[in-house]
Amino acid sequence: MTRPTVDLRPASLPPNPSPRPLITQLARPQVMALAAVLLVNWLLFPGFFSITWQDGRFFGSLIDVLNRGAPVAILAIGMTAVIATKGVDLSVGAVMAISGAVAAVLVTNGVSAPVAVLAALGAGLLCGLWNGILVTVLEIQPIIATLVLMVAGRGLAQLITEGTIVTFSDPVLIFIGTGSFLGFPMPVVIALVLMLAATLIVRRTALGLLIEAVGVNRSAARFAGLSANALLLIVYTFAGLCAAIAGLIVAGDIRGADANNAGLWLELDAILAVVIGGTSLMGGRFSIPMAVLGAVIIQAMNTGILISGFSPQFNLVVKSAVIIVILVLQSPLMAQAFRRRPSATPSKPGTQE
Amino acid sequence: MTDTPVLEARGVVKIFGQHRALDTVDFAAMPGEVHALLGENGAGKSTLIKILTGAYQPDAGELLLDGQPITLRDPLHGQGYGIGTVYQEVNLLPNRSVAENLFLGRQPTRFGLVRRHEIEARARQLMAGYGLDIDVRAELSEFSVAVQQIVAIARAVELSGKVLVLDEPTASLDRTEVQRLFGVIRGLKAKGLAIIFITHFLDQVFDLADRVTILRNGKKVATQPLSALNTTDVVRMMLGKDVAFEHHPSSLSSGARGAVRVQFQNIGRKGMAPFDLAVHEGEVVGVAGLLGSGRTEVARLMFGVDASEGGTFEVDGMPVTIRNPAQAVAAGFGFCPEDRKLDGIFGDLSVRENIIIALQAKLGWFKALNRDDQIELAGRYAEALDIRAANHDMPVRLLSGGNQQKVILARWLAIDPTFLILDEPTRGIDVGAHAEIVRTINRLREEGLALFVISSEIDEVVAYSNRIVVMRDREMVAELTGDAIATDAIVQAIAGTPQEVRA
Repeated sequence: MTRPTVDLRPASLPPNPSPRPLITQLARPQVMALAAVLLVNWLLFPGFFSITWQDGRFFGSLIDVLNRGAPVAILAIGMTAVIATKGVDLSVGAVMAISGAVAAVLVTNGVSAPVAVLAALGAGLLCGLWNGILVTVLEIQPIIATLVLMVAGRGLAQLITEGTIVTFSDPVLIFIGTGSFLGFPMPVVIALVLMLAATLIVRRTALGLLIEAVGVNRSAARFAGLSANALLLIVYTFAGLCAAIAGLIVAGDIRGADANNAGLWLELDAILAVVIGGTSLMGGRFSIPMAVLGAVIIQAMNTGILISGFSPQFNLVVKSAVIIVILVLQSPLMAQAFRRRPSATPSKPGTQE
Repeated sequence: MTDTPVLEARGVVKIFGQHRALDTVDFAAMPGEVHALLGENGAGKSTLIKILTGAYQPDAGELLLDGQPITLRDPLHGQGYGIGTVYQEVNLLPNRSVAENLFLGRQPTRFGLVRRHEIEARARQLMAGYGLDIDVRAELSEFSVAVQQIVAIARAVELSGKVLVLDEPTASLDRTEVQRLFGVIRGLKAKGLAIIFITHFLDQVFDLADRVTILRNGKKVATQPLSALNTTDVVRMMLGKDVAFEHHPSSLSSGARGAVRVQFQNIGRKGMAPFDLAVHEGEVVGVAGLLGSGRTEVARLMFGVDASEGGTFEVDGMPVTIRNPAQAVAAGFGFCPEDRKLDGIFGDLSVRENIIIALQAKLGWFKALNRDDQIELAGRYAEALDIRAANHDMPVRLLSGGNQQKVILARWLAIDPTFLILDEPTRGIDVGAHAEIVRTINRLREEGLALFVISSEIDEVVAYSNRIVVMRDREMVAELTGDAIATDAIVQAIAGTPQEVRA
């Protein structure tokens, strides 16, 4: 049989469409979950969908969800690649603190903002490279290897800030956290650009496939002639870079570097976003846009609970309940139940692009 | 030796699905004998052992202990009857002391507390009985594998004491350690234990065992005293090649060979004697040898999975460096590994991606094959090798073993290789796919590829090889070409009887 993939496509689609029709894209559990969360938010707070234009930028609860969700979304972009290789990066929260601390301390010492930003990004790259070396050269399990920097990183950040909250008034740094571009908050713009760039890079080059191959079977990857170690180094370094960007945004937002609290526990939100996005912790198939969507779902829940007047204590419980529902929807059991329906479009969970 | 076997299996049958792993096998272990159990992979050795020790229950047939029928629920139950087992990988707790390992689960206690001093004293005494003067308080992992094996044997004998099953105990031991272990085993034999000994090393069988039972394809071939046999007889019975079989195609023995494609010189590493080998264009070099003879190690060295200590690689007369598989692929090598699932397929990736992955790895990260290229390549090689898949977007793990093997073969054909290494390409696949792979090997040879094929099936190796390298004890011991390629000669070379080494 030759080219069966072509034969199986509905005739109405263009010659070489994305392998998944739009309707199944929309029917994904993540999209439905987001719609449900937004709907509940709207029921609890009727003004949820209203967006206003003020001072040259958009305002509204939806914009706020995107803005607040951006740091986790950015972390999730890097985390997706790491998890696709069957790894995990627990250090990204601490790397955020380091990056913020580096930028803040440099600008308060009179270094120009662009240099400070580059230094912060460089610090993130180094942190990621460190993780990558532990995982590849020393062959430490990723969860332990990155735990080292998760603990030590926050200490490093505190050493850099000398234990204080370093505040700054540098307009460039503040713009990164609170500015706007074409009416949208900078964090949202940065996350979106990063998401598009990362997706394009992994899908237009062979990186995506090779990362998936390493995640599915590292031994077979070696036998097939892949440089698995080089790929892992890149992936962890990229996660460090993403963490540094998120760290800059958070620092710019509060106009200071708080080594104790910047990015605290956000690594867990990022992992959650990736998992909600359908990338398995067992490695293999991954989707960066879906992980970003996962981050938006998490933030939509946080914001919804806040603005609806419930006490924030509800937040964690409701969050976990929603997450359980999403994960059940994604489980192989449900996929099987869906497949049994005669009209269902043949779909393989987790295959996209 | 008395006439009543201490442990006997009569007509045991074990069926897995459609597969008869054991087909009415009789086996009897006498007290005070070392009884070797031989057979190639899949012959049913381990199934028989598992039935004898209680890990499996036979589907038919019975077990007798001292002439009395017994039914074993599990290995613990078997242990209660006096049947102990020591496996190849020491099955003890490496991070506990020797004494604790010896008495684990039956520590002498007082008021519910372990009496450490008594344990240590008894352990020291026990080890002395085996000729070991060691610190029994030290962690087990601090000792050599040989000592660990002896500790495992001591524990098994203490717990059971009638029948001792040794499953490849010498696989990771060096010669002096093997002799030490054999001394221990001989001592136990003198005490009247029945010892069942499984190994791939024939010289050890002749060195240690009194009788041998040979299994092939789940059936018993023979039980005979070793004094009446030589190694050639044993190998022939293991491989079942006493019947005349398909003649070597004449086109192969004509000796017409192309230029040398790849040349290996002085390639080797610890535990593997250095070898020289040149493979020519349009030539299949077959490898014969028993399991553990170093067949796979040679392939791994050639492909850089294990880096060679010294030696040189040449491709088409040009020296190349091969210290990892990526470099081997860059040099145009392909390798279908023995363990398809573990080292070969990417189960969750699609058939298409599995086919193009090596080419993509060779092209590098930035020269991505686009979807149309991938579909075209996968389609071409799937058709050439007749890969049966509903579509090429389905995960490869859903395919049958034979089709998975063809996918891996297609992966290497896609890089347009100069040299292809196939390690047991036909193992565990159905008859149709088997024939197909043999046909493919012949076709690739005719197309001018240089191939290196490892197989346990001698008639298969004979059918497609221009030249056969025989391996024994991690060394290439003989090379057969042209008319010398005959099953008898191979069997004799594997067995290592003197006149054949010259062949």
